[in-house]
Amino acid sequence: MKKIEAIIRKSKYRVVKDALHAVGVNFFSYWDVTGLGNEKEGHVYRGVAYSTSDIQRRHLSIVVNDDFAEATIKAILSSAGTGEVGDGKIFVSDIQECYRIRTAEKGGDTLK
Amino acid sequence: MELLTVNNVWMMICTALVFFMHLGFSFLEIGLTRQKNTINVLFKNVFIITVGLLLYCFVGFNLMYPGEFNGFFGFAGFGLDTPLTAEGALDLTYNEGYTYWTDFLFQGMFAATAATIVSGAVAERVKIVPFMIFAVIYVGIVYPIAGSWKWGGGFLDAMETPFYDFAGSTLVHSVGGWAAVVFVCLLGPRIGKFKEGKPQAIPGHNIPIATAGVLILWLGWFGFNGGSILSADPGLTSLTLVTTCLAAAAGGVVAMITSAIKDKKLDLTMFLNGILGGLVGITAGADQMNPTEALIIGAISGVIVVLAVTFIDRVKLDDPVGAIAVHLVCGIWGTLSVGIFGNLAGMDQFIGQLIGVASYAVYCIITSFIIIYALKKTVGIRVSEIEELEGLDAHEHGMGAYPDFRMNDH
Repeated sequence: MKKIEAIIRKSKYRVVKDALHAVGVNFFSYWDVTGLGNEKEGHVYRGVAYSTSDIQRRHLSIVVNDDFAEATIKAILSSAGTGEVGDGKIFVSDIQECYRIRTAEKGGDTLK
Repeated sequence: MELLTVNNVWMMICTALVFFMHLGFSFLEIGLTRQKNTINVLFKNVFIITVGLLLYCFVGFNLMYPGEFNGFFGFAGFGLDTPLTAEGALDLTYNEGYTYWTDFLFQGMFAATAATIVSGAVAERVKIVPFMIFAVIYVGIVYPIAGSWKWGGGFLDAMETPFYDFAGSTLVHSVGGWAAVVFVCLLGPRIGKFKEGKPQAIPGHNIPIATAGVLILWLGWFGFNGGSILSADPGLTSLTLVTTCLAAAAGGVVAMITSAIKDKKLDLTMFLNGILGGLVGITAGADQMNPTEALIIGAISGVIVVLAVTFIDRVKLDDPVGAIAVHLVCGIWGTLSVGIFGNLAGMDQFIGQLIGVASYAVYCIITSFIIIYALKKTVGIRVSEIEELEGLDAHEHGMGAYPDFRMNDH
């Protein structure tokens, strides 16, 4: 099993979600995050111009069986990009165990 | 009798509108400050309107309208002094425009405004109890004495060319504004407002609420200026509403354009401050201007307010809501504009306006300095660093404004 974490633009969330559904990834968790990056956003407040490198993104956490991993990653890569700096990152890691709480079942079948 | 009834109804409506302005001030101050201080801001505003009204009943009304007096200080005794007829009913010959009760309540709603102006300027770092003590003295004693000099028939009203301040560009707004300057000087800026001498942005947490506040204030101004006619005179009241609204609109639009040229962004908070600047600017002469003159006064206020916000930042005064720029700077401009535009325009009037502005400047700076400096040296006026960083709500009040919302730590 793999955990695929993707940090993407909030504005790309909808297309990424559709792309994941299209390859059969139907459940995952996400949350909004603030991070620091190379990109700077310019603002003005009451006559004071300032820029911030605090950037709002959406963090997706997807756990899939090994045979789904590549398709999942491709789905994100093909849907989340704009070509500009700040499109985000994908991190892949191994998952050792996995349980379904309702039935106490263990293993990859719980992800189906 | 019927005329009195009509007049009095209008005056009571205006009284309610001026009361409503306190919600506007509260919303504006909440919106332009951070969420960790929201309870504190609301607390100050609620304190000022409640205690302000009580004080005005106990001492303020009779300090401000003492009847015959020496022109500088007079006091007609504690509490209300209701004029009665021989049969014991309310004496309706008190005034053609309103009853004694209406007079008291209308003026009482005005009184708290001066301290509310200060509240915005010192937000997010002032210790609440010393602020409350300041507000009690300022609303209870300083403001009514200031008012008596003109509206109570004092020395500024008795000059050869009397000082003119229709609804309080100086008597209300500058009186609050001068105290705001003194308080901000003695209090110092919020942590993080100036970095290596450069002003930093500390964005307010709820711009929709700030917008609601400004539009509520504008509505309240229908009563603030419209009621200052002190009757329902059809020509004068409608003219006053027109001049008031045109000045507000012109102030907003011109401030928007000025800030867009200066900062290359469309800054809503400057747009809002411009509306308030226009309103404060027209308040001194709202019944003396024609619509065109009102528009010019409002437009100039719009430019002034944007430049003043930047100037106040530059001299390292931290005023989170722009109270000094709006109420003091535009208040002075509005007062002087009576000598430049409208029915009273002329050199003598302009000098009279200057004398008025200067008298209030001296009086308010001295009195507020004594009060605030004494508080600073005894109980202290500023919260501790940790309280300021973690928020006044958590420390002074032990509650959060939005306990179910995610908290931000900036």
